[in-house]
Formats: sequence, structure tokens, C-alpha cells
Amino acid sequence: MKLTGLSIAGAATLALIAAAMAASPESPVGAASCSGCHPARPGVQSAVPRLTGRNPADIVAQMRAFRSGQRAATVMDRIAKGYSDAEVEAIAAWYAAQQ
Amino acid sequence: MNRKPTSRRQFLKAAIAVGASTALWQAPAVAQGTSRVVVVGGGFAGSTCARALRRLDAKLQVTMVEANPTFTACPFSNSVIAGLRELKAQQFTYEGVAGDEVKLVVATAIAIDSQARSVALDSGETLSYDRLVLAPGIDIRWDALPGYDEAAANRMPHAWKAGEQTMLLRRQLEAMEDGGLVVISVPANPFRCPPGPYERASLIAYYLSTRKPRSKLIVLDSKDVFSKQRLFQNAWKELYPGLLEWVSLSSGGKVTSVDPTTNTLVTDFAKHEAKVANVIPPQKAGRIAERAGVADQIGWCAIDPVTFESRLRPNIHVIGDAAIAGGMPKSAFAANAQAKVCAAAVVKLLRGETPAPPKLINTCYSLVTPDYGISIAGVYHPANGQLAEVPGSGGISQVDAPRSTRSLEATLANDWFRTITTEVFG
Repeated sequence: MKLTGLSIAGAATLALIAAAMAASPESPVGAASCSGCHPARPGVQSAVPRLTGRNPADIVAQMRAFRSGQRAATVMDRIAKGYSDAEVEAIAAWYAAQQ
Repeated sequence: MNRKPTSRRQFLKAAIAVGASTALWQAPAVAQGTSRVVVVGGGFAGSTCARALRRLDAKLQVTMVEANPTFTACPFSNSVIAGLRELKAQQFTYEGVAGDEVKLVVATAIAIDSQARSVALDSGETLSYDRLVLAPGIDIRWDALPGYDEAAANRMPHAWKAGEQTMLLRRQLEAMEDGGLVVISVPANPFRCPPGPYERASLIAYYLSTRKPRSKLIVLDSKDVFSKQRLFQNAWKELYPGLLEWVSLSSGGKVTSVDPTTNTLVTDFAKHEAKVANVIPPQKAGRIAERAGVADQIGWCAIDPVTFESRLRPNIHVIGDAAIAGGMPKSAFAANAQAKVCAAAVVKLLRGETPAPPKLINTCYSLVTPDYGISIAGVYHPANGQLAEVPGSGGISQVDAPRSTRSLEATLANDWFRTITTEVFG
């Protein structure tokens, strides 16, 4: 999916946060719950994608699409509405930095 | 996990060398010693928390106290009752937890001294802690429903703790002749797994409709409203008409006593003599919570919504089903989410830092048939001293969704179970 509407400042913030979090096991606010459904480890049979190592801009764009209803969902539409753009950006950056 | 024991000190030295800001210096209240955290309970909450603590700070000494060497998971145990799944698929060992260098102690915690910060075990051993995490799950209130005591549970199983009780209820259903009456009684809030009784009713109805179609299932409820109600009731009307009858509180559904000698459930208006009676009784936090002084008068544990520290005793955190976590339901998903947030808060508090207000998710799937799934989800944050749902978030599956969506959610329910049990026990 194309990245739409993410400002240059936002992208720069993502990069900064990603760099700062690269070695940290400590996750940003709201990130801890995600691995209840998104497998933290490889090898789990699931239709739900892993977030680890994923392009942060993609996660941000998907969460916006879930929130707006642009992308159909089962539960992610309901969950995305509980997160701000800033929170999603921090979470996406942290996941991108994880191995 | 690969951090060397001295890495923190080396980091501080390096920080001084480069003239680090004083902010770095405020951190380590106990950095010179090794902090000890004891976790009581090895379910979804306790096991998650113990592992998360070790992963967040490899210098922490983490001990987990659990009475059973094997864990039997409740989610999907309704499928076991309905003969759709084996109990073995619910069982997990603690090798994964031990692999994160959590010290496992197979024992029961019998007393907690919050002044001396120590936990007494039934083995005679005493464990000291800097911070204690209680994740004891639930206990049955054996004094709350006249006639329902531990002996009665052998005749009228609760099956609300997975294991032998699950299999007892399954065997009773299997032994029942076609045309029998099955009765489920449901308690008032709060209790473990709010949609659980209705998933159970659905899957027992599925079993009866496919194997013993002349039978009848009555659900006697102490409530007028329940989780995912419209989704369940629409599905029942479509799938189990005439077989499954739900009796609400205001229609006289509240069970006031039971008689195990005749397998009878009594309400203010009727007596139901069942062939199979499943009594889901009133519950409370696991009894160590009471002994620790963290349970309130109605038997549950009030917590701080940022740290999960008890409102009643310092340095004791309560997570999972035992806690009253504001709007968060008592689910395995919530227990796992709370455990990770609590672990991060405990690590920060031990370093003298202040944890940031968290945000947590809950997602619960229920099965109406093996191929018909529905869900509820919510996002929670601290508000007015409680964990409250973030306005505009959350809710249940679309009421008018096509059958393909129900099928997809059934698949996602199975995926969720694999994912979470791999994270917690794998």
C-alpha cells in the first residue's frame, strides 16, 4: 500500500524513534498488546501477519486505512480507532527496529 | 537476553566518560544489587509476566511459583466439552518459561507478609521479594450458592477451571441419552471470561443438534445483558431454534440453590431437574490474594491502572482474572496484555523511574459452531483512576456480517490461540 499523508516531519520522527529504539526491549506505549495476535516469533501458523521488521510506513498506512474504514477488517478497525497517529508511528518504528 | 551481567555498569561508565546528562544518573536505585521479583501463578498472566520481566532486564532474579507442573488453558476448553478437541491441545509445560531463566518453584503460596516482603510456600520455603506479582486467577466461592460445594461439583461440574472438570462435563454429555435436559447456570458479574458461558451454550447446542437432536438446553442467567449478546442470540435463532433457551434474570433465570442429589437447579419460579447440570458458580480472586490482603470485600483486587500495583498493599501487583481492571474483561488476552505492561512498570519502579500511562488491547473470540466465530475487542487507557475504554474504539463483530466473515473469525480464533500460547509457553 502506498504511503499517503505521512508528513516529512512524521517520517523523520519515525526514523529518529527507530534509531533510538533499535536496541531497546522496552516497547512504546500501546505496543505490548499487539503480540497477543501478531506472532512475535516466526513459525506460528496464523493468518495474522508478524509486525517485527516490517516497514514502519506500511504499518502506519495500514492502521490509518483500518481506522477510516478504507480497508475492511474483522477486529483491526475497532482496535485502530483506539490509537493516535503518534502512537502508531512510535509502535511501527519500534517493531521495525526489532529483530 | 544476551546482555552481559556488567553491561549496565559499563554503560554508566561510558555515559560518564562522554559527559552524559544528569538524567542518566537518576536511574538505578537498586542497580548495584540484584532485584528480586516473585510471580505467583503460572497462567496466561503469570507466565507472560515472568518471561517479560527477564527479557526487559536480564539482571532481574525472577521466581515463578505455580502449584501445577502443567498448565491447562481455559480458552477453547468449551470445544473440548463439546467433543471437538482433545484436552491435550489445552495443556502446556513450563519449559519455555524456564528457558528465559525464570526460576520455577512448584508449590502453593500460602501466606504473604507485605511488611517483610516475603512469600511463604506450602513446601516450608520462604521467598523474599522487592516486588511481588500476584496472578492467581480465580477461585470458586463455595459459600455463595446454597447447595453448591466442592462435593456438589463432582456431580454438577463447573468446568470453569480447565482440566478434570472439563472432562467430567464432557463425559456426562456423552453418557446422556438423546432427549435429555441440559441446564447451564450463569452467575452475576464479575466472573472469568464474560462471553464464556454463551460460547459453552452454543457449542453444547452444536453437540446436541448433531448427536442428540431431541435434547434441550436451558441457560439460567443471573443477568439481563451479556457480552456479544446480539451476535449470540441471532446465531442461536438461526442455528439452534427450539433447542437452546436462554432465561434472563428478569424472566426468573437466577439460580438460588442447587440440589446435587437430584441434579436440580432452583430459581424463584421453577425447579429444573437436569440430566446434565453445569453450574458456573460465583467466583473471586484466587485465595492467595485474600491472604495477601489485596482482595476487597467482594473478593477481587483493585489496582492502579498504570502499574497494576494493588490499591491496598504496596509493592504487590495484581494481574489477570484476579484484578478488577476497570473496563477490561477477565480474559486470557487481557491477562497477557496486562502482564507485559505490569512487567515494564515493575522494571521501571525498581530503577526508581516513573512508568508512563499505558494503553492495552483486549480481543476475545467465541465460537458458535466450529466454523462460526464472533469477537469483541477494546482499547483501554487509564482515566479517572481506572482502565477505561478509549472513546470510539472497540465493539463487537458486525451484526449483519456474511457467513464468510463468521468463518474467517473462527479461523482467526484458532490462530489467536496458537499465537498467544506460543508467546506465553512456547
